[in-house]
Amino acid sequence: MVSFFTNLINGLSLGSIYAIIAIGYTMVYGIAKMLNFAHGDIIMIGAYISFTVITTLKLPTAAGILAAILGCMCLGITIEKVAYKPLRHATSSLAVLITAIGVSYFLQNIALLIFSSNPKMYTSIIPFSHMIIQIGAFRIQTISVVSICVSVLLVILLQLFINKTRPGQAMLACAQDRGAASLMGISVDRTISMTFAIGSAMAGIAGVLLCSAYPTLSPYTGAMPGIKAFVAAVFGGIGSIPGAMIGGLLLGIIEILSKSYISSQLSDAIVFSVLIIVLLVKPTGIMGKVIQEKV
Amino acid sequence: MNAKKMMALALTAAMTMSMGAALVSADDAVWKIGMIGPLTGPAANYGTSVDKSAQIAVEEINAAGGINGYQIEYRGEDDELDSEKSVNAYNTLKDWGMQILDGCTTSGCSIAVSEKTKEDKLFQITPSGSADDCTKYDNVFRVCFSDPQQGIESAKYIGEHGLAKTVGVIYDSSDVYSSGIENAFKEESANQDFEIVVEEAFTADSNSDFSSQLQKMVDANVDLVFLPIYYTQAGTILTQAFTMGLDTTFFGCDGFDGMLEMDNFQKELAEGVMLLTPFSASATDEKTVAFVKAFQDAFDMLPNQFGADSYDAIYAIKAAAEKQNLTPDMSIEEICEGLKAGMVEISIDGLTGTNMTWSAEGNPSKEPNVYVIKDGAYSVAE
Repeated sequence: MVSFFTNLINGLSLGSIYAIIAIGYTMVYGIAKMLNFAHGDIIMIGAYISFTVITTLKLPTAAGILAAILGCMCLGITIEKVAYKPLRHATSSLAVLITAIGVSYFLQNIALLIFSSNPKMYTSIIPFSHMIIQIGAFRIQTISVVSICVSVLLVILLQLFINKTRPGQAMLACAQDRGAASLMGISVDRTISMTFAIGSAMAGIAGVLLCSAYPTLSPYTGAMPGIKAFVAAVFGGIGSIPGAMIGGLLLGIIEILSKSYISSQLSDAIVFSVLIIVLLVKPTGIMGKVIQEKV
Repeated sequence: MNAKKMMALALTAAMTMSMGAALVSADDAVWKIGMIGPLTGPAANYGTSVDKSAQIAVEEINAAGGINGYQIEYRGEDDELDSEKSVNAYNTLKDWGMQILDGCTTSGCSIAVSEKTKEDKLFQITPSGSADDCTKYDNVFRVCFSDPQQGIESAKYIGEHGLAKTVGVIYDSSDVYSSGIENAFKEESANQDFEIVVEEAFTADSNSDFSSQLQKMVDANVDLVFLPIYYTQAGTILTQAFTMGLDTTFFGCDGFDGMLEMDNFQKELAEGVMLLTPFSASATDEKTVAFVKAFQDAFDMLPNQFGADSYDAIYAIKAAAEKQNLTPDMSIEEICEGLKAGMVEISIDGLTGTNMTWSAEGNPSKEPNVYVIKDGAYSVAE
């Protein structure tokens, strides 16, 4: 019983990190209608930025987190301006997809060049003495609780932002019909830049949380969580923020439970089989139809 | 027809004689030992260490009077981790007059070159080619343990030292090295006084989270966790084990070596971790300290296990040649036959193990070095 509970918490913790990454994917897809495959690598860059600030420059943890968020934001906007914007009107949507893959490799190689392939050990944002919360027989990692809370908080904030503010409404409008939105006086370029900024800021937060929970930091750290989070976004219904949240959490729980109770070798096969079954039954993903808006 | 045959025979005889004459020629004959390894490219630090360590061994031996009174000439060639370039390097060394090869550094190159040395009947000893096939010909020996041997030796060590009754294993099923060791470990465990109760895998695609594997170790309350994996995942595994309250012994193989040098690694997490590894530059035994100092003085860098293997390879050649009273004026084939016979008779105490002996198949048998991490440094396990 204790171990089932622990596994469940571990699953929720992994899932909440997938969720934060998936939200970034899903937002960009919903508004710019493109799959930003470099998203996972922005996470890795965010983790390296905070590592440099906290461990190399020995500045406070808060400064590291802030630097990761701001750094990723700037990186996201730059990538969008340099690599994606010129292709926005390309006849084939494949062009921008391939560019995104190129950006992904570019970021990995830059990291290899600067930080080398030798992995670094990330210092958790949770101080060593507070890493565990003990309740009776249960041991919970503090970082699990933090990740779950942060992901829930982010979803609520994003939902409020999109539904209650003018820039949020502009994003909704762009998601529904870009042409009509620009006719109504909404700057589509600015809105898309803002989407990339928010999505990348989420990637910065995800990088810090991911590496705090799983401290091996290398230039390939973001690649696999990025792909899994993409799966989570599709699973939940791509374009839907609550969907990304639910998809991420489910994916994390399925992954950990299948590793624990079925087979640690087959866990990925099981995760992806579940995805196939869900998509066969509900091609738009879990939340794909319930939520009409695509933000 | 007959005349032609006679002619050919005569010519061959003349050639053989002249070659013999060239080899026997002078009293100032020298041993010519060659080395092949990646001196540039992605694996450069392996080859460089092999090359430089061999140089140190050669200098030491020359200073002490050489092998059977003859000095050694040494030359290293680069293969850039490419088996084709390795064969080119071999040809270069042959032209130079190489009699014995300390190489190649990596398994793939070593296998490629062994096709040539077999043909030329030239004695080859690979310091660090761990794949099974490296020693498939009888003229090739190796210094390092083969991958399966590491698994067997680990199981023996754990069993013979009574380290555990119940053992859990976590290995990388997508990696040949890791699963090779794991298989051999499992087989050997049947002969040992412990039981593998949990056996968990991960793959290159799922190597960031180990919480479910470790949770099973907690549930089974294992005495020891065997980790035949590379050190890159060590940080995550040890941190997660700590937060999950898994207080047990961790035991790794040579791939696990390197975590202490990882940037920002929290050394307290590794306290008590055991490693079966041929060599560690931070070990404190007399032989290692002397070798590391000589290496640092000469090259201003730290040697790694590949270097230690190479150092031992040169000393093994020396011991085998002395056992058989070989001299450099013999033919390459005679030297090869002599060394083959000598290798199975010698027993040396090297950097990478004590009482090293060799089987005719070319595999070493030695007391493995087991280290335990104490106060953030390696010390030899009792």
